[in-house]
Amino acid sequence: MSQLDIRDLRVTVAGNEILKGLNLTIEQGKVHALMGPNGSGKSTLAYTLMGHPNYEVTGGEVWFKGQNILELEPDQRSHLGIFLAFQYPVAIPGVSVANFLRTALNSHRKAKNPEDKGMPIPEFRTLLKEKMDLLKMDHSFAGRYLNDGFSGGEKKRAEILQMAALDPEFAVLDETDSGLDIDALRNVAEGVQALRGPNFGALVITHYQRLLNYINPDVVHVMFNGRIVETGGPELALKLEAEGYDWVREAHEPVMSAQ
Amino acid sequence: MAKKKTSAPPKKAAVRKKKTTKTTTKAKATRAGLRPTPTAKKKAVGKSKPKAVAKKKSAAKSKAVASKRVVTRSPEREVISAGKTPRVITRGAAAVQTKSGFPFSAEQIPALANGAKATAFLRSYRKGAWNQFEKLPLPSTNDEAWRRTDIRQLKRSGLQMVEALPKATRDKLPSIPARLLKPLVGKGHGGQIVFGPGKTTVQLSREIAKQGVVFTDFATAATKHPELLKKVLGSVVKPGEGKFAAMAGALAGRGVLLYVPKGVQVDEPLHSLLWGPGAGLAYFSHILVWVEDGASVTYVHESASPTLKEQSMHAGIVELHVGARANLRFVELQSWGEHMWNFTHERARVKKDGNLDWIFGALGSHLTKNFSEINLEGEGSLGRMSGFYFTDGDQHLDHDTQQNHLAAHTTSDLLFKGALEEQSRSVWQGMIYVAPGAQRTDGYQANRNLVLSKQARADSIPGLEIQADDVRCTHGATVGKIDPDEYFYLLSRGIPPVEARRLIVKGFFDPIMERIPFEGVRQRFQQAIVQKMK
Repeated sequence: MSQLDIRDLRVTVAGNEILKGLNLTIEQGKVHALMGPNGSGKSTLAYTLMGHPNYEVTGGEVWFKGQNILELEPDQRSHLGIFLAFQYPVAIPGVSVANFLRTALNSHRKAKNPEDKGMPIPEFRTLLKEKMDLLKMDHSFAGRYLNDGFSGGEKKRAEILQMAALDPEFAVLDETDSGLDIDALRNVAEGVQALRGPNFGALVITHYQRLLNYINPDVVHVMFNGRIVETGGPELALKLEAEGYDWVREAHEPVMSAQ
Repeated sequence: MAKKKTSAPPKKAAVRKKKTTKTTTKAKATRAGLRPTPTAKKKAVGKSKPKAVAKKKSAAKSKAVASKRVVTRSPEREVISAGKTPRVITRGAAAVQTKSGFPFSAEQIPALANGAKATAFLRSYRKGAWNQFEKLPLPSTNDEAWRRTDIRQLKRSGLQMVEALPKATRDKLPSIPARLLKPLVGKGHGGQIVFGPGKTTVQLSREIAKQGVVFTDFATAATKHPELLKKVLGSVVKPGEGKFAAMAGALAGRGVLLYVPKGVQVDEPLHSLLWGPGAGLAYFSHILVWVEDGASVTYVHESASPTLKEQSMHAGIVELHVGARANLRFVELQSWGEHMWNFTHERARVKKDGNLDWIFGALGSHLTKNFSEINLEGEGSLGRMSGFYFTDGDQHLDHDTQQNHLAAHTTSDLLFKGALEEQSRSVWQGMIYVAPGAQRTDGYQANRNLVLSKQARADSIPGLEIQADDVRCTHGATVGKIDPDEYFYLLSRGIPPVEARRLIVKGFFDPIMERIPFEGVRQRFQQAIVQKMK
């Protein structure tokens, strides 16, 4: 079962507790949106799910496909089918998009079957072209150094390209919409929509309703001060868009400070 | 990349962040044994502006302050202008000989073909070199050029020349692996010279030989082409330049003479291999390349051996002459076993509008001290030096480069990149020298290091010495480590730790690989990355 189950997750960054007992379940094939004011811990959750070493887990569990993924290394989490689209994708100078993706794909194949000899190059080229077409990307993209000198929009598109190629069962999209113009946003959103299906679940972290116009979430959560404090349908996102986060703060701040 | 202003070379590695440094002219001048001139000091201040540092790639234009004062020179550096070809001799030796401890004797100077008259000059060259060898002191860390490379652990008395081995013993040394004989450049080679421990084989295609090209070993050259050998031998590197140069000059029986006559284009690359197996042995080599005006050739030379426990050593000389409008592409691969102590003195001279593309790949040896120098003597000449090194274990590689602009409108372009694993160490010290009157020159040097372990250390010491006032010279040096965010990014895509590190290292070397249009050389390096990063 590729349901993601986060139980009482507590995470500390540089000595500060950021996630304070977070609970969240995302059923297989569902897309959840995660909203919340700055500093509420959304990106911390994203990095923690992927296993970034700067995020120290002090409590809780995250279950996916029968494993507590917190016990796995980042590459093993990826092999299990988890993907993180970074808010700030990192440039890898000297490594082309194609070379990088082929290495990643072959690592996945090898994880499944240690005897695997790697994807034949023609097959890889076909796959890459197909995915680039899906995202309306120029094929010359494949030869460029990964994220090196990419525009904001190109970086985000490259993230979705990687997601499409690696075909994860659960993806975290960390503010994939930030820094995108309307066209790029639509493009990226269409890329995500194309992956949707019974075997693709996602947690879409965003500040803005507009992404959710393209990616209709099944569930919307509001995060505040290291916890999920509100959960609802798409109407919750619309309410936030209209009213902002003040009502969330008012409703939940006192509780937090009383602790 | 973090910018950091510093005026105190050398740069030490094990640094947390990448740093770009400008080393001051003053410090470098001291290294070369020169007193810093007032001009140099003034320049040094100007050079350490962070603004200039930031422009590491885009070549910040720096106009040197015009030298109005008489510059005090050490006698080692001699520049003749006014019509004559200026000449720079940078690394001489002084001081007095102490007993060097090498168990070689004058009787071991390679025997010459039955005392033929034609080879008298070769005998006298070697004799002269031997005298220098006896006179010159063993370099020590008190010598500026050797400050970071300590050779006291070389067990000199335990070495013997490979020629001194009984034939039966020599014949038992490991033979040359077939993979080393494969072409590294292109699909085939036009000629190949292979030096085994006891045997030398020489091949040259009939077509190339017909063009008048000479590509042969010293023994053959001495008998068949004595006049050529005489013209070329010792014309670019003097045995007196250092203890090891003198040693190689006197004792190198393994020598290559490559001569390309005027206007001849050699289409197929030439290849030579120096195979040096065995422990407790000393190998000496001497490479001579003379490309006449308007000629062109690609030549690959590799030194290799298996790795053993006990020490061996190699000392070599490389002399390159690139005539007017000539093209030489010279690829050197250093694949010595990691027990080898390797010392080389190499210099190229490039004439008017000549073009030298010099590629260094250094993967092996226990310790290397390599002096390589380009003298851009003719107007419009171009010298490019591209180097890569990858060290592991307790390897110590020291590359000492010099780009001498001795004529106007000359261009030099140096990029050395290295990665270091385990407890290994690298030193790169480079100098761009612009002679008085060498206006409109463009010099570039950059050294980039990627330190992969806490115990490894890279020293990177760039330097400029500019005696002309209308030049453009840029340099930069960086020592960094793998960026944890890059690493995490790759892991997050399912790339396992070892692969992720390799991918970053390959990416780091990509700019240098781009400069090496030889698939065979690139592949060899990629294999080395895989082997060294387990």
